[in-house]
Amino acid sequence: MTSTLSSRRAPLADPAAQLATLDASMTGRSTFDEALRGAGWNALTPATLEIFQINLGKLCNMTCRHCHVDAGPDRSDAMMTRETLDACLRALDQTAAHTVDITGGAPELHPEFRYLVAEAHKRGKHVIDRCNLSVLLLPRNAGLAEWLGDRDVEIVASLPHYRQRNTDAQRGDGAFEKSIAALRLLNAAGYGQGDPRRILSLMTNPAGAFLAAPQSSIENEWKTALKRDFGITFDRLLALNNMPISRFLEWLIESGNLDSYMSRLVDGFNPTAITGVMCRNTISISWDGRLFDCDFNQMLDLDAVTARSMTIETFDFAAWQQRDIVTRAHCYGCTAGAGSSCGGATA
Amino acid sequence: MRWERRCGPLQRGLAPALQHGAGARSDQLYGLRLRSRSDRGQGNYRKNAFHGAYTARSTLEWSFEEINLSDHYYAPEHLKAFGTISEGAPELGRKFFEYYSAVFAAGALTEREKALIALAVAHTVQCPYCIDAYTTECLQKGSDLEQMTEAVHVACAIRGGASLVHGMQMKEHAAKVGM
Repeated sequence: MTSTLSSRRAPLADPAAQLATLDASMTGRSTFDEALRGAGWNALTPATLEIFQINLGKLCNMTCRHCHVDAGPDRSDAMMTRETLDACLRALDQTAAHTVDITGGAPELHPEFRYLVAEAHKRGKHVIDRCNLSVLLLPRNAGLAEWLGDRDVEIVASLPHYRQRNTDAQRGDGAFEKSIAALRLLNAAGYGQGDPRRILSLMTNPAGAFLAAPQSSIENEWKTALKRDFGITFDRLLALNNMPISRFLEWLIESGNLDSYMSRLVDGFNPTAITGVMCRNTISISWDGRLFDCDFNQMLDLDAVTARSMTIETFDFAAWQQRDIVTRAHCYGCTAGAGSSCGGATA
Repeated sequence: MRWERRCGPLQRGLAPALQHGAGARSDQLYGLRLRSRSDRGQGNYRKNAFHGAYTARSTLEWSFEEINLSDHYYAPEHLKAFGTISEGAPELGRKFFEYYSAVFAAGALTEREKALIALAVAHTVQCPYCIDAYTTECLQKGSDLEQMTEAVHVACAIRGGASLVHGMQMKEHAAKVGM
């Protein structure tokens, strides 16, 4: 099991150090912008804003080795205030975004989590809870699955693999067993059985320095295996590449895989994945109310660049839609192979 | 056509050569200063190959010329430059790689199942390039180490069984010539 970069005061806890490492790894390779231009995109521009992704903070009951947030039990330093959360809701009301995507850390640990869910649901939004599963087993969250189901919340649950080895390798010993227990709890609450008001999506990240499997090709296998081995059902599988940032970047360096992984991302550049990347239809809001093109840029302190500087308190929808999206080397992670986003494959 | 169907793992290893080779000037592809693998301080090949940790460089740097400078067999660079095998017989190369891609596309078997078969066969034919490529490919298709190890045991069992079943010939011959 690992600990947070922050608690270890590791150099990579500083986003600037992560960017410098990434930039150094790109020597001799085409920049992401060059790859974009080669594919006919002079700049990555916004599409219709569909998703408000709100990161409530970095507090988490787990410390996964690949976490791009550097979340963990010691990260109560970074938690969204009620004031900022209300500003998110006011900004949401300026837009026609249909989805509120709540992430963290473990968002369920935030004291205002239920308030946010209830307010978004009241506005008729589709609400997504990005859930690490084990958090549902905590005594404080007893009954949460049913409560979320009553508000039509989609659960997007992280599960690296339908077998124990890769899951525990990435998320810590015992994580698989807890995940299975939580999935049973969700099934018992009506999730994962084809009810559009109780959608259970599983999200798989590779447990290593390789790309995610094409989700469409493995979904049936996952469904069969989880049903056969554990009696568990779910609705859909999403596959996401690991971004070479934060704790995954640390692991890449320590395991000697950084160069080969960057090669894999760069060589795997897939132009057809560009259109669907999440930064084009998403606004990412950090715990302290700053605005980003995506959750990965957020973790790298790459603020969105708009004509006039803004936070969620001063959000201006028209100006937001006129920005150019900020790109760096890690963006190759979203365009490699079948593409990758919070909604899964993009190609 | 989906990206996964356009190239198999061996080709993906050589994708840079395929993508850049057609339109690139020869000096872009082949005119670079070359170093032998040992110059780059490579350690144990098998360990590095398994972890995919050999030195990565610009895709344009990999070249056929470098193959000639390898100071031993089975250099990992060969895999990246595999596409250049078509230079001597372009049409045959094209047909081979088209066929190769078609073989590994999902059909009656899934891509994951085909990758596991390829991994087992790779161990049977003891091809380090294929073992390298299909270890990664199996992982990328969603297999885990236990499933992959079982596939290798299938290869092992068949290979061992093939030896042992020839013992029947031994037995018959021994029975014929013995008392």
